[in-house]
Amino acid sequence: MIHVTDLVKTFHRGSINEVLALSGINLRVKKGDFITVIGSNGAGKSTLLNCLSGSYPIDSGHILINEQEVSRWPEYQRASLISRVFQDPLLGTCGPLSIEQNLALANRRGKPHGLRRGVQRSDRELFRKQLAQLNLELENRLKDSVGLLSGGQRQALTLLMATLVKPKILLLDEHTAALDPKTAQQVLELTQKLIEDQDLTTLMVTHNMRQALQLGNRLIMFHGGRIILDVSGSEKAAMSVEDLLEQFYKVRGEEFVSDRMLLV
Amino acid sequence: MGALEQGFAYGFLVLGVYLTFRVLDFPDLTVDGSLPLGAAVSAVAITAGYDPFLSLLFALLAGFLAGVVTGVLNTKFGILHLLASILTMIALYSVNLRIMGRPNITLLGKSTILEPLTNAGIGMFNAAPLLFGLLSSLALLFLLWLLHTAFGLAMQATGVNPQMITSQGVNTDRVIILTVGLSNGLAAVSGALLCQSQGAADVNMGVGTIVAGLASVIVGETLFGCRSIGRALLAALLGSVLYRLTIALALSLKLGSFSLTPSDLNLLTALLVVAALTLPKLRGKVFSR
Repeated sequence: MIHVTDLVKTFHRGSINEVLALSGINLRVKKGDFITVIGSNGAGKSTLLNCLSGSYPIDSGHILINEQEVSRWPEYQRASLISRVFQDPLLGTCGPLSIEQNLALANRRGKPHGLRRGVQRSDRELFRKQLAQLNLELENRLKDSVGLLSGGQRQALTLLMATLVKPKILLLDEHTAALDPKTAQQVLELTQKLIEDQDLTTLMVTHNMRQALQLGNRLIMFHGGRIILDVSGSEKAAMSVEDLLEQFYKVRGEEFVSDRMLLV
Repeated sequence: MGALEQGFAYGFLVLGVYLTFRVLDFPDLTVDGSLPLGAAVSAVAITAGYDPFLSLLFALLAGFLAGVVTGVLNTKFGILHLLASILTMIALYSVNLRIMGRPNITLLGKSTILEPLTNAGIGMFNAAPLLFGLLSSLALLFLLWLLHTAFGLAMQATGVNPQMITSQGVNTDRVIILTVGLSNGLAAVSGALLCQSQGAADVNMGVGTIVAGLASVIVGETLFGCRSIGRALLAALLGSVLYRLTIALALSLKLGSFSLTPSDLNLLTALLVVAALTLPKLRGKVFSR
């Protein structure tokens, strides 16, 4: 499904602030994989997602989706394959537009936005049915502007929009981090349901190790722009938060030692 | 009546300014150049014997191209929107002189789009407001339709949340180029209508266009509201008429031996925009006490 080889990404290249965000990532994602991605701040998790979606141009390497090289495609073109949910609930929807208008835009993801009427009468039935599964009673508020909704409601709507047209890949970038714990749990349950229903290939960045272990069939850990842990299936199922932390400190410790050795 | 005629003629421009300034969040100064461009194209076309209505279409196309230049400078060359539009505006001054061949062209004795109406026995003073009102209403209906198409929704989202609409597969560069193009096409039609009703095109007639356009949009919003797209478009058009009425009123005022002259217009307009922008905030402060 996704085949990433030798992906390198630096920020502020050539200046004294140069940061190597991804140093030669290799990753193969199978169809239907639900991968949780963890790592400390600046480890490269979000950078990987942004490189996949086309938000950031890459320095070198290849990104293949379904055997097709997409690393030179602009972001809007990759949207025909990839849909995203951001950390900021305001980023995934358009506030002044109504719920049905937002859904109508999402319903044409990857297709031309021409001069047909934006919201077709026949769309509304579909939108109501889809909104009903959120259990937020939004199905009766099609004409309300999205700006009136709460952060949690907007994030649920963004999730629905991301999956309205089935994407080849779903990218979730800490999409529950800005919500209160109860709402976060609801959005997470919805995420799980939507992914299972459509058998979506998913990469989900999270800061919550428990979450990362609970969800998905595979887990990867980033550190310093590298993937330092990649476990799946029964191996992942057997892991605990303590195991993860131990792995994490082991890598950090080794680096610490090697730095020390350089200094001596 | 003169204010009505001008208000509706400038209505096209104001609708265009609404598109860039409010929908797209793109402050576009190109209109200072594309309004006289429309006048120049229309005047030259009529002088060359083309049908006056056809000259409006030429003006629309010329204005559209001018807007496309600004859009391309901004999106493809990464020049700040304000600066991109100023560059096009400055360049258009020379282009307009080239098109006309001299600083102004009079249309004395030439037929204009008002001729069919005056021939039918409607007086000149009624014909212009009537026809311009009808045409600008048609433009309003066209924009109302356009903003509710899939492309129109993408246009609105591009102004508010470019990241969201890009992730829905829309090329925001294209949307910006086309919208700024359309906006300047409308400004050029304003220029063409003004030139035909005043009987002359002048290379300097565009000075202060953007500020007048902004004033009209803001005055309309403040007085008529902008709850829905339809309401906002109507407010823009009515704002244009109201703005011209205000100007006419201000010019007719006499305080003893002091009276305002047309050369004070720019100062007046700037003050009006400042007032319209600050008064709602001041009102909010007073009421919150």
